[in-house]
Amino acid sequence: MSTAVLGRRLQGYLPLLGILLLAIALLVVAPAVLSPFRLNNLGKYCAWAIVAVGIGLAWGRGGMLVMGQGVFFGLGGYAMAMHLKLDAASATGGPDAVPDFMALYGDGTMPGWWEPFRSGAFTLIAIIVIPVVVASVLGYAIFKRRVKGAYFAILSQALAVAFAALLVATIKQTGGFNGLNNFTTFFGYNLYDPANKELLYSIAAVILIFCLVVVWQLYRSRFGELLVATRDAEERVRFLGHDPANVKLVAYVIAAVMASIGGALFAPIAGIISPSDIDASASIWLIAGVALGGRASLFGPALGALAVGYGQSTLSEQFPNQWPYGQGALFIIVILLIPAGLTSLFPRAAAALRRSRPRPGARKAVAS
Amino acid sequence: MTATPPDRTGQDYLEIRGLTVDFDGFKAIDGVDLTLLQGRLHFLIGPNGAGKTTLVDALTGLVPATGLAEYRNKDLLGMKSHQIVRAGIGRTFQTATVFEQLTVLQNLDIAGGVHRSAWRMAFARGRTPEYVEHALETIGLSDLRNRPAGILAHGQKQWLEIGMLLVQDAKVMFLDETVAGMSHEERDATGELLRRIGQERTTVIIEHDMDFVRNFADVVTVMHAGKVLAEGSLADIQADERVQDVYLGRAVTAAAEPTPTPQEA
Repeated sequence: MSTAVLGRRLQGYLPLLGILLLAIALLVVAPAVLSPFRLNNLGKYCAWAIVAVGIGLAWGRGGMLVMGQGVFFGLGGYAMAMHLKLDAASATGGPDAVPDFMALYGDGTMPGWWEPFRSGAFTLIAIIVIPVVVASVLGYAIFKRRVKGAYFAILSQALAVAFAALLVATIKQTGGFNGLNNFTTFFGYNLYDPANKELLYSIAAVILIFCLVVVWQLYRSRFGELLVATRDAEERVRFLGHDPANVKLVAYVIAAVMASIGGALFAPIAGIISPSDIDASASIWLIAGVALGGRASLFGPALGALAVGYGQSTLSEQFPNQWPYGQGALFIIVILLIPAGLTSLFPRAAAALRRSRPRPGARKAVAS
Repeated sequence: MTATPPDRTGQDYLEIRGLTVDFDGFKAIDGVDLTLLQGRLHFLIGPNGAGKTTLVDALTGLVPATGLAEYRNKDLLGMKSHQIVRAGIGRTFQTATVFEQLTVLQNLDIAGGVHRSAWRMAFARGRTPEYVEHALETIGLSDLRNRPAGILAHGQKQWLEIGMLLVQDAKVMFLDETVAGMSHEERDATGELLRRIGQERTTVIIEHDMDFVRNFADVVTVMHAGKVLAEGSLADIQADERVQDVYLGRAVTAAAEPTPTPQEA
């Protein structure tokens, strides 16, 4: 009995091995084989993958189709970009300098709410706290009112549209459709130095790995079981003594924080954040990656987002005209034929393999 | 769990006064008074549409109601479903609603969430908690602990639901047609199970099966058209002429002793 229990317990830690393999691939192999340009692109995909991990939690496990994660991606991204912008300005124009675009489009005065973002520490805290507050308030209002399903999806999507529209409309304060760009340093590190770019990539990769570990722990925890139970039978959960709104709220807030962190990494890596990075279509691409990889699995969302990111920038370079069709077709095929996503093929293949071979060596291995 | 000695029957109770459920002018429950005592198997019977399930729905926060339903100085009618559960009131549904994807053990364990702090929810289950193990044994599903609940037979699913109430440590249990669709053996096993766990709980069972009622009922309440028609032992109920009016030729007489002669009527 003890070996069986031990075996099962060890099997529970198997995903950590997968995370370790991914860590090696991202932190050791990728920097060795990729050009600085490609590595920087991979950093962008990692930022998206971090958002995707959160979507997997909220949508895959929690059943909330978060079609507007661009909102939180944007909150984190713009918070970081504002800090970088102020850094760049003060590097050339002294400690009270204002970002260039404000002089270009406005009268050169800076709105007061930009001021605290001069502080790096404030910015880092804001990247976590702002999405927590926004998601808590939104989530509380939405889930307590029992808004769910398609209504929730439309609502979250509409928020992304509205947020992007707001940014476009406030060119004097946020740079409008141009967004924020021309960053020079990242917390004191020159962003034109390839070594620092690689460091930035490593930070994104490490945070992605960390998020996977967090989600792995959440999925195996009692909260993870409760979240799945809430997804599958929300009303039944009430009669276990839980308010499903609270259960969903926790997952929604964690997903929002991950999206915000992803955005905060995206801005310095991509060198720009603009409304087109956070609007409805950007949010849908994130969802699409998660669906492609497998929304309820541990690795599916991250791998799917990495794949979609790669497809969008690399394959679209080679086949600029055909690629969108190819990608669209891929999604239709996946959703029709493999609704649990591409990563669901691995366990299925492994099971098929096991069935086809009755494991002749099993007994011998035990004897030795 | 072992703290309550069996002779404390009747200590704990749920008091219902003037409970009314109004669906746009139609009174599904019309001024029901009921006192539910600990330690008795209290059966709720009545023809379809009498309001039995609606009564339980009202007491568990599923439909709004007026009146009073007092349990340990709390009025259940003002509370939300999950708060009522946390106050110690549990229920099952006509169709078993276990989490089919989760194992038997996980189903039981998840019902123990009411006892856990938010912090402990962030961790995986280590060893099986004692109260889960205990419930598993009580409902007799120990051998199936690691099987998904979806593969269980109908009767086993109902037992699992009862087990989940045990893990929740529900002091008041509302069971909605638990033995419907069960075999004779399963019914008897269920009745014995309820006798065993009913000592230290207040148990209310909505039932249509008169054999089951006769074998296990301590008290029977008959509902009709949203009102309590009669209450007492099964013999009292069968002798009651108003009950006979409602039920004549139906379940009670059909299942009762051969001669419920209408001489009293």
